[in-house]
Amino acid sequence: MKQFHGQTLSWTLADGVVELALHRKPCNEIGSQTLEELEQFTGTLPELEQYAHALIVHSELGCGFCAGADLRELYRRSEGMPKDQATTGVKDFLERIHLVMNTLDASPLTTIGAVHGIVFGGGLELALVCDLLIADKTARFCFPELRLGLIPGFGGIPRLKRDLGNAVVRDLLLTGRSFNAAKAQQIGLASQVVAEGEALRIARLTAAQVGKFDRNTSAAAKKFLKPIPYDELRREIEIFCELFTQPAVDAGLRKFVESTDAQPYLP
Amino acid sequence: MPTEQQTLDEVLKLAATQFKIPRESLTPDDDFFKKLGIDSLQALSLLTRLEQHFNIELPDYEMQGVSDFRTLAERIQSRL
Repeated sequence: MKQFHGQTLSWTLADGVVELALHRKPCNEIGSQTLEELEQFTGTLPELEQYAHALIVHSELGCGFCAGADLRELYRRSEGMPKDQATTGVKDFLERIHLVMNTLDASPLTTIGAVHGIVFGGGLELALVCDLLIADKTARFCFPELRLGLIPGFGGIPRLKRDLGNAVVRDLLLTGRSFNAAKAQQIGLASQVVAEGEALRIARLTAAQVGKFDRNTSAAAKKFLKPIPYDELRREIEIFCELFTQPAVDAGLRKFVESTDAQPYLP
Repeated sequence: MPTEQQTLDEVLKLAATQFKIPRESLTPDDDFFKKLGIDSLQALSLLTRLEQHFNIELPDYEMQGVSDFRTLAERIQSRL
């Protein structure tokens, strides 16, 4: 299938470049529908890889790249459910999203994230599977999970540790603060910072550039440079599920979902 | 270094430009969420714009509970 248009995302293949575009309002929150369509995408990826050298991931929404997990859906699904049953549901979701993330991470294609606006939580974790990150200057990155009594659960910590210094990771995680594109480039997360609205165009130029090289060589270089931290990823799921049983999580989720505060996204 | 008044003027000017409202309609003690009609995500985009303009890093936890331009300008001034 060379193109697909779903409820939360779409993809196309043209000139050796696959473009995966997120379009679920309000800000591409990742819930069960997005997960299903991401699974459809990664299921099709081996076929697309035969005709492509690069994959661009981006958002079609003005608010940004992705605001992370769909906390409202998580709250609705867990509300009133026995804790062990809710935790089993969460673990199943995490296992599935990890498989998606690991598949994208391990793809032989050169993957390019073109991001703008909000790149929070699971959105940052999706960005972190990309080989190259091109951020427009409106981009803002954050791991706000600790305010919910949780840690990032879509593979964020092991992938952030893989790419950045541990002190930086601790700062971002333990303060839950957000940071801008310039800072993202300074700490080595974003490879390029571009003008507002230019990330996708620059990502396409970058995809054309990487297409000049031998595909197998690029794939071998990527595999060598970007090992997937499978053991830590498994441990992350375990820790997340342990923390999910805490009363603080219910309180944090309820506060977020029921908040009339004008600043629910401010950590 | 700019004075506090100059910083406040710049903040008001940038907010007016970003959210396309007349600068004259904003006053230092306005609640910017209400006056600009913005939510927390748009507030973060304003924060990004302010960081770029003043060439500072302003952790967003310093913004928690801040809703008027004067206090926002004070927080920025402390980082200049």
